[in-house]
Amino acid sequence: MAVRVQVEDFDLGMELKQLTDGNHAIGGLCSFVGLVRDMTKTDDGEMTRSAAMTLEHYPGMTEKMLERIETEAHERWPLESSLIIHRYGRMDAGEQIVLVAASSAHREAAFEACHFLIDWLKTKAPFWKVEEDESGKENWVEARDSDDQATERWNKN
Amino acid sequence: MKILYFAWLRQKIGTGEERKDIPANVTTVSQLVDWLRSEGDHYADAFKDTSAIKVAINQEFADFNATVQSGDEVAFFPPVTGG
Repeated sequence: MAVRVQVEDFDLGMELKQLTDGNHAIGGLCSFVGLVRDMTKTDDGEMTRSAAMTLEHYPGMTEKMLERIETEAHERWPLESSLIIHRYGRMDAGEQIVLVAASSAHREAAFEACHFLIDWLKTKAPFWKVEEDESGKENWVEARDSDDQATERWNKN
Repeated sequence: MKILYFAWLRQKIGTGEERKDIPANVTTVSQLVDWLRSEGDHYADAFKDTSAIKVAINQEFADFNATVQSGDEVAFFPPVTGG
């Protein structure tokens, strides 16, 4: 289990390899990588080209929430290893923002835990995105109801 | 009390973190917001619509009826948009 909140980019191949290295009980590893898109929705609902994005977070609370989300995944699924990396600061279109990954003896647990990690992270980890269009105008990204619904799906009955 | 602001709240208020001596009759988040609004136009503007604002007390999500004390760290921010 590991959580990292950092400015610098990460080496996807290396990170995933380290999650399984030497553990032959692992039968499957599932990962999700979030990237900076070059298109964004304006306040008027129009699509526009965005040049870059800056992510801000709440140091202290961010790490605490990510660790809690990861612990919850381990309580729900028989995981062998997991990792959450989330970047902050300014990023250009195409850059990696976030990595969540989970491994298990069987694929089902790895797939479900990975999906759970990113869904919960999106509504519970204190990060905020501000996008810049090509003229340099800033636009704070608004939270989406669909993200709340995605989180809701994992709530226990 | 240590008060933190993030995202557009930080921009509207003009600082990300401040320490304030809170009046004794301020005991809930709602009362804290009302008191902050009286501290200046930029606070009043930032807290105009609290339906778009979330709060955390000592780094735990809370609601506007929650109790606050002078030693608390209280953070205000819009709904989160990470991932």
